This record gives sequence, C-alpha cells and structure tokens, in this order.
Amino acid sequence: MLNAIDKKLLNTVADLHDVPQGAYSIRKDGAGLSINSTDNIIVSQKKDRQGINVIVKPGTRNQSVHIPVIISLSGVKEVVYNTIDIGEDSDVLVVAGCGIHNSGSKESRHDGVHEIIVRKNAKIRYVEKHYGEGEGTGKRVLNPKTIVHVYEGGTADFEMIQIEGVDDTYRLTEAKLYKNATLTMTEKLMTHRDQEAKSDVIVELLGKNSSVKVISRSVAKGSSAQIFQPRVIAKAEGKGHVECDSIIMDNGKIRSVPEIWAEHPLAELTHEAAIGRIAGEQLIKLMSLGLTEEEAVKIVIEGFLR
Amino acid sequence: MTACHFSANIGTEIEDSVYGRRKQSMIRLEDISVKAVNGDSEIDILDNISVSFEEGKFYCITGPNGGGKTTFAKVIMGIIKPSSGKLYFNEKDITESDITERAKLGIGYAFQYPPKFKGLRVRDILKIAAGANGDMEHINRSLTNLGLNPEEYLDREIDGSLSGGEMKRIEIASVLLKQPNVIIFDEPEAGVDLWSFDELINVIKENHNKNGGITIVISHQERLLSTADEIVVICNGGVQKIGPAHKILPQIKSDICCKFRDVCRGDEDAECDR
Repeated sequence: MLNAIDKKLLNTVADLHDVPQGAYSIRKDGAGLSINSTDNIIVSQKKDRQGINVIVKPGTRNQSVHIPVIISLSGVKEVVYNTIDIGEDSDVLVVAGCGIHNSGSKESRHDGVHEIIVRKNAKIRYVEKHYGEGEGTGKRVLNPKTIVHVYEGGTADFEMIQIEGVDDTYRLTEAKLYKNATLTMTEKLMTHRDQEAKSDVIVELLGKNSSVKVISRSVAKGSSAQIFQPRVIAKAEGKGHVECDSIIMDNGKIRSVPEIWAEHPLAELTHEAAIGRIAGEQLIKLMSLGLTEEEAVKIVIEGFLR
Repeated sequence: MTACHFSANIGTEIEDSVYGRRKQSMIRLEDISVKAVNGDSEIDILDNISVSFEEGKFYCITGPNGGGKTTFAKVIMGIIKPSSGKLYFNEKDITESDITERAKLGIGYAFQYPPKFKGLRVRDILKIAAGANGDMEHINRSLTNLGLNPEEYLDREIDGSLSGGEMKRIEIASVLLKQPNVIIFDEPEAGVDLWSFDELINVIKENHNKNGGITIVISHQERLLSTADEIVVICNGGVQKIGPAHKILPQIKSDICCKFRDVCRGDEDAECDR
C-alpha cells in the first residue's frame, strides 16, 4: 500500500515508519488513503468537501493522532479542510505535516486549512512538519492556514517546522485565546536557493489572563527570501511576547515585522527581532574542537532550528 | 598602548627562552608580530615575540590588561594570523595551518569569554569535544570534575541562561574532554567563585600531570602563578620576562609595589630586586 517514497515522506513529516497504531488519517495524492479511529478519537472524512474531522472525546488523555498528507505525483493540486476538536479536559498530541515528492515538471501543491478547537481545560501539542523533495523542475508549494481557538483554561503548544525543499510557502496562522488560555507557537523555517516563504501570524487575546508566546527561528540560504509578520492584539488583560530570530547566509533576504497591539490598559506585550550572520566566535569555538568550518556551520544551524 | 607596570630584567630572562630553542620543544614562536590598524596609524599588538614552550611544563602567562596575552594565545590556536613570523609545532611549520588543522594536531584553547549558542545544548558541545572516544560516563565525569551536576546541565542550552561562571566551567570541560597535547586556558578564573577556584586549579593541574603535554594558563592569580614551572610576563606586545616562578613572582610583586606606592618601603611587602 505504501511504497518506499511514501514511507520516506511519512517518516520525515510524521516520524512514522509505516501505518501507525491508534487513530490516524493518511492522505495521498489528493485522496484519503487510510483512516482509523479509536474509542476516544474519531477520525472521519468530511461529507461536504475534501478533508477530515478529528473529534477527541472529553477527558481523553495521553493519546495521539497522526494526520499526515503525502504527494508523490507531479501536478497534484489540492485544497483540504480539516477540523480538529479537542474535548474538555483532554491532553493529546496531534502530528500533522505534509511531504511532497515531485519528480515531474508540473507544480504540486497542497493548500491545507486546519481549524483547531481546544475546549475548556484541554491541552494539545500540535506538531506540523513540511518537507519537499524530488528531482523534477515542478515547484513544490505548500500554503497552510491554521485557525486556532483556545477556550477557557486551555493550553496549546504548536510547533511548525519547514526545513527543506518547499519552493513557495505562504503560511497564515490565526489564533483566538479566551480566559486563562495559553498558546505557545514555535515556527522553524529554513529556505534554500530561490525559495520564498511568507508567514503571517495573528493572535488575539480575548479573555482575562490569556497569554501567548510566538517564537520564530529561521535560516535563509542561497538567494531565498523570507517575510515574517507575527502580530499579537490584546483586547483583554493578557500577556504576549513575539520573538523573531533569523540567521542570514549567502544572498538571502529576510524581513521581520513583529507587531504588538494593545486595546486594553492592563495588557502586557513585548517583542524582539534579530537578523544576523552566524557569529564568528561560534564557528571558531567548534573549529577549535576539530570541526571544519562547514561542519561547524551545520552544527550551529541544527542547534538553532532544533 | 597600555602602560607597562613591569620593568627591567628584560635581557637576561629572554635569553633563557632563546636557549630553550635548543631543547626538545613542542611549540615555538619565532619573531611573531601582530599588527592592527588603530585610526590612521598601525599599532603592534605583538611585537617580534620569540619564545618556546617545552613538553611537560606548566606555564603561566601574566601581565597587564591590553598587553597582548589573549592575542598571543589566539595566534597559537590559529584564530589570529600573525602579520609576520613563524610558528612551529614539534618543529613543523604550522604558521599557515588553520584552526581545524591545529585542533587535529593537538592544540586546544579555552576561551576567556566562551561564545553562546542558541539551541545548542551542553550535551552537544561536549559530545563534539569528546569525539569518537566520548562515552557518556566520560562526559558526565568531565562536568562533575568541574562542580557541575550532569543531570542538571547536560540538556541546558549554552545561551544567556547560563551564568559567566557556568559558561567558563563548561568551556574548560569541553577543552579537557578534547585532550589536546597543548592546552591554553585564557583566564580560567574569570567569573568562577573564589570558593571553587582551588578545585579548578586542581583539575587543570591533574590534567597536566596525567597528560604530560604543555599547559599554558593566562592568569592573574598568585595562587596559580606560584604553582607554575615557568612564568611568562607579556607586556606592551612583548615577552618581558620568562623564568621559574620562584624567580619571576617576587619581581612582579616588587614592580607593583614600586608602581602603586609613593614612598619606597623596601622589602616590607615584597622582595625588592633592586
């Protein structure tokens, strides 16, 4: 059912060696390939459009669901809408991600919309990895949109990673946080050659004591270009911190525009942004331990994007 | 250029190092100069230094701030290229060798101000330092020897969350794990609390006794200087004195007394060598 390329893509984007245990949905080349539910996590195809519903029953703890997408045919273009509903008091891990292998000349493109609802006192850790490969000239394009609602007392920990091979990407993340809700969003991005990446994040603090931390770390190599525009808007007494930290190499271009916006007198918002080359001292230290300059650069970047 | 606190005795002491060339030596600097541009003029950070370091000896380098000690150390590691002169390692000319090549030959340098790394953990850098023979037991012991609990520190990032003293200990642990034949410690005491300083000296000394290569410590601590086989005083970009600790240390103290006291108090505070 899964060939070697499929397995490699699955391993890269979802740490899966084969079809997983437990709840999952694997989508391949524009269609659902395999789907499985458990007693507490119901995964089903949407009836009205492409995509799936993942319903986590209230009180489900220490369980995970994998929902990777793989594309290995050149020229597949799809728009998918997924809804993930995390019931009250649950604590789960959701592993999403998309891998494209494009060996042809046509553009392969996945536009995924994820709507994630984190109910009262629920906890989610969400990991999304994007990866592209293939010897063809066809572009590998990923445009993920993520809409997050974190309700009273909920905690969301998001890790979004795009390390390699995606030619064009436009990421949009919108989050609404209610009373005592917490969101930590870590975005890690590396672009090569003439790749372009744009990421917009808009977080609204709508309830008292809500808090958000948006951290983006990126590396731009070759002549690639990146634009970051994370924005936190406090409409209630909440806390927000935005951090953009980038390493620029070769002829890369990076634009970082962190924005904080308060509409409540008790809001506390901070931001910081930095773009720079790898510090020479870091390379010297690693070289003095016997690494070559290339090895030292690799180690510094791996650590930075960990 | 920094005012030189130490004076006199240049001629005779340097001859020792010239004689040193004839002996079996592992590191030899020959007429090394480092120039830097300062505004419109060029200044000598190091000015025609010739000195040898012999296998098995424990050296301390001292001298006033800005005298050229760190530049001297960085020239040996290959971090700073000399504008003229030659550097030999076991009689092999390594003047043109880069940092990596020198590290592989067995030269190591513990930074005065170790760099911070975002995302890189203590575990990562120690594993790189230990290389192929780096089992975890070895790595854990390197931290314990420097007063750091491995469980607490291995997974910490080498970033701004570590204090200056913690950074220094991790730096020293990394260089000791690498086990170079020639190790230069650049002010190992900086940032380390005085209570732990004796322990730190012990670790460096024990390593030297076990390793048998060359240990060079840049320091201002008398307790460390007094244990050296030889003390090298670097001042105004030159080697001003070199010799056994028991000879050099009283001279340094005497010079400082003369510098900071208006009235000569003879040998009340130090052995006056005048």
